[in-house]
Amino acid sequence: MAALLEARGVSKSFGGLIAVDTLDFVLEEQAIASIIGPNGAGKTTFFNVVTGFYKPSTGNVLFDKHDIGGRKPNQLTRLGIGRTFQTIRLFNNMTVLENVLVGMHHRLHASFFGAVFQPPRVRREEEEATREAMGLLDYVGLKGHEWDFAKNLPYGLQRRLEIARALGTNPKLLLLDEPTAGMNPNETQDMTLFIRKLRDDRGLTILLIEHDMHVVMGISDTVTVLDYGKKIAEGTPGEIQRDERVIEAYLGRRALEMLKHDD
Amino acid sequence: MNAIAESWSKLPRMLQVGIVLALIIATPYLIGAVEQTSNFALLSQINRALIFVVLALGLNIVVGFAGLLDLGYAAFFAIGAYTFGVLTWPNLGIQASFFIAIWICAVVAAFFGILVGTPTLRLRGDYLAIVTLAFGEIIPTLVRNLDEITIRIGDWVILDKFNLTNGPQGMNPLGRPDFSFFEGIFNMQPGALAVSFDPKFWYFMIVITAGFVLFASRRLDMSRLGRAWKAIREDETAADFMGVDPIRTKLLAFAIGASFSGLAGVIFASMIQAIFPELFRFQVSIFLLIIVIISGMGNVFGVLIGGLIISTFDGVLLAQVLPQILPDVDVQSLRWVFFGAGLIIFMIFRPQGLFPRKAKAAVIPTALAAEGGD
Amino acid sequence: MSLELELFIQQVFNGLTIGAYLGLIALGYTMVYGIIELINFAHGDLFAFGFFISLTIFTALGIPRPLEGFNLIVVLPLIFVVTMLLSGGLNVLIDRVAYKPLRNAPRLAPLITAVGMSFALEALFAIWQGPSQINYPRYFPQIDILRDWMGLEPQLLFITTKDLFLFGVTIPLMVGLTLFVDRTKLGKAMRAAAQDREAASMVGINVDRIIATTFFVGGALAGAAGLVWGLYINSGRFLMGFEAGLMAFTAAVLGGIGNIRGAVLGAFIIGLLKAMGDQYIGGAWSRIIIFAVLILLLVFRPSGILGSTQSIEKV
Repeated sequence: MAALLEARGVSKSFGGLIAVDTLDFVLEEQAIASIIGPNGAGKTTFFNVVTGFYKPSTGNVLFDKHDIGGRKPNQLTRLGIGRTFQTIRLFNNMTVLENVLVGMHHRLHASFFGAVFQPPRVRREEEEATREAMGLLDYVGLKGHEWDFAKNLPYGLQRRLEIARALGTNPKLLLLDEPTAGMNPNETQDMTLFIRKLRDDRGLTILLIEHDMHVVMGISDTVTVLDYGKKIAEGTPGEIQRDERVIEAYLGRRALEMLKHDD
Repeated sequence: MNAIAESWSKLPRMLQVGIVLALIIATPYLIGAVEQTSNFALLSQINRALIFVVLALGLNIVVGFAGLLDLGYAAFFAIGAYTFGVLTWPNLGIQASFFIAIWICAVVAAFFGILVGTPTLRLRGDYLAIVTLAFGEIIPTLVRNLDEITIRIGDWVILDKFNLTNGPQGMNPLGRPDFSFFEGIFNMQPGALAVSFDPKFWYFMIVITAGFVLFASRRLDMSRLGRAWKAIREDETAADFMGVDPIRTKLLAFAIGASFSGLAGVIFASMIQAIFPELFRFQVSIFLLIIVIISGMGNVFGVLIGGLIISTFDGVLLAQVLPQILPDVDVQSLRWVFFGAGLIIFMIFRPQGLFPRKAKAAVIPTALAAEGGD
Repeated sequence: MSLELELFIQQVFNGLTIGAYLGLIALGYTMVYGIIELINFAHGDLFAFGFFISLTIFTALGIPRPLEGFNLIVVLPLIFVVTMLLSGGLNVLIDRVAYKPLRNAPRLAPLITAVGMSFALEALFAIWQGPSQINYPRYFPQIDILRDWMGLEPQLLFITTKDLFLFGVTIPLMVGLTLFVDRTKLGKAMRAAAQDREAASMVGINVDRIIATTFFVGGALAGAAGLVWGLYINSGRFLMGFEAGLMAFTAAVLGGIGNIRGAVLGAFIIGLLKAMGDQYIGGAWSRIIIFAVLILLLVFRPSGILGSTQSIEKV
């Protein structure tokens, strides 16, 4: 298997704060990998570097043999990086179907004149796109919701729509930022199965940030642990669960949190 | 209301089109009959309202679709009108044909849209609003001052007191559509088809333009480009992550919105035959914004209906009827109290406007049929 | 002194007088923006309100002019206080009606209501005081300082007691505001709320009250500027707030929006620019220059000279 994503010595700092600190990271094709770590460990910042939202302060990132340096998010999307967001960011006043069609934007071609005069080529393109979008909605379990405004969907379905929209971009790499946040145990279980299904059905490579350890340990091929922007451990779920530094870091914090909850 | 809408939607398409066309054609004659019995100018007000509809549809692309608050949209209206002025005002000697000039003007307006947009569309929404406002203030001021342009490099005088815009006096007369070509073909008397101030002629001229702009807006709404605009309106960052290039997409909105405005500027200028800097002030931009917001941002037909209602309300009721009923009141000011308050009330209590956009307006009907959906 | 030099000095002086009243208006813009990130488009109209309401008070009291003795020392300051209270109160009311219901709405929504408010206010002023230029009687005694007091004989320079009055009012107000924000508990709470509204409310600051205070103070300063303008320029019009507001906003951006000292500095720079433009290029063009400055600033240096308090977007 070849590496689809490779980060070499990536750092990102904001003023004096170092959010990501000389991180090396390799992701194999069709793997599911998780990044875990306490809040503020630099997980989302790393996502934002990989998707082109932030420029790395040092180091570089290779995606599918392309150096992503200096490319904007929309250009990286075209290369095959799709993502979801920690707090849901749907196009609220657009329909569910339109949301997915926006994801397919870079694969369609019609511009002003195509839109106004609708030559057969454009009509065909729109028909095919609509059909594909409907298919994706069906796939993620949103059939029957095509005409709802995104803002009117229940929370769990909004998460799924975010994934359908990201799938619309036809990604090779899918980044999921806390896909089970705010879900109940049943929904979490469904989402976990669904993520694995995504990889198996579509051959996607998936990188996720996740706090729920059941999810992480259940589906990841590899787990990377960040703390204060640094990688403190990396390995299979089994290795991570036995890693002393991880246990210490997490137990130490857990103990602190339990004390807080006792107040 | 719903029952009417339902039985309407059941009519065959050809019949629908026929009824609408018949109504459109009959309107000026019906209005003419009404005008006979009252002393109000109605058809010219409807013409004015339709021009505002064209403008509002252009602004709707910028504000309603792309979510870019443009407070200086009238500048593009002015650019369209004044480009037409430069091309057809006899004193400048170009006197281009109306039908050639109108396309040039639309392109020039679009060009200015790109010119203003390129450096500014990176800005946050509220800053963009102020930049457009400043641009909207600069253009009429500039137009007022461009009546004595002198450009000198050392002793080499390129322009000496060149009068481009005729300053505050305005430009008059301007070009009109010329149909004399057909007079020859159909063996008519010379001048038989000459265009005058007759509001009926202009009514049809404007209806055709408005029809085109409406049609284009409607189709843009359900296109790839329209979806990209709306995505940027909803969440620019997320749209960027979904593969939409924000700057490019916003520039297109600016350019297309500006070109609609340029078209409206030409027709307006040619219809009233005289243009002054004062016609394109900030108030015009805000009046258009009010139409778009009260009608329902992003809803093309809403803007059409809302634009007609608000402009006729303004042009007939506020400007003609009210002054007769209340001769002692400063009606001109009262109308801005109305509109200002209307803007506030709508933003707070009904931000989606009178006619919010419907979910199923989003897709080309045949694309739906392909999936067997309704 | 040569005539040209005198002319230049006079223009510098004029620029400073423009900067003085613009500064008072710019402060309101910058404070409100600092705290709720709203360009309070109607803010300039409070300047016009200060002008009209103070004129109304002067007229209603039937005060003889020029102001002398008791009227100058007691009544004038009282009129100042009342004008500022009313303008501040009006600004709080405007916030209540048009902005507060939209605190959590998309950020362009309150900007749109602000535009609506501005138009409604201007139209109400036109109904209240008529649409034409209004004469504000010369209440403040005008004595030629250079010639009558100092016995100098410049050819052109003209500085009067009205200028002293203008600076005597505006500068202490600006200094006072800076001290208020820097030193007092309320001022500190304002700065805290400007930095992070949520965090401020978590540490027990009543953010709603802080916002209302900000609107009050900003409105009061703009009202004071309107009164100063009336006594200094002696004429005005219902639309005067629009123009002054845009210039003051430019000043606030120039200084770095959200930055109080920056607003004052920006106002003086814009004032000088305007005076020089009027003298050496022509009034119609100096208007274009200021708008061009505004555009160029927003495009190339939106954080202004002294840096602003804008937030950075997060994902």
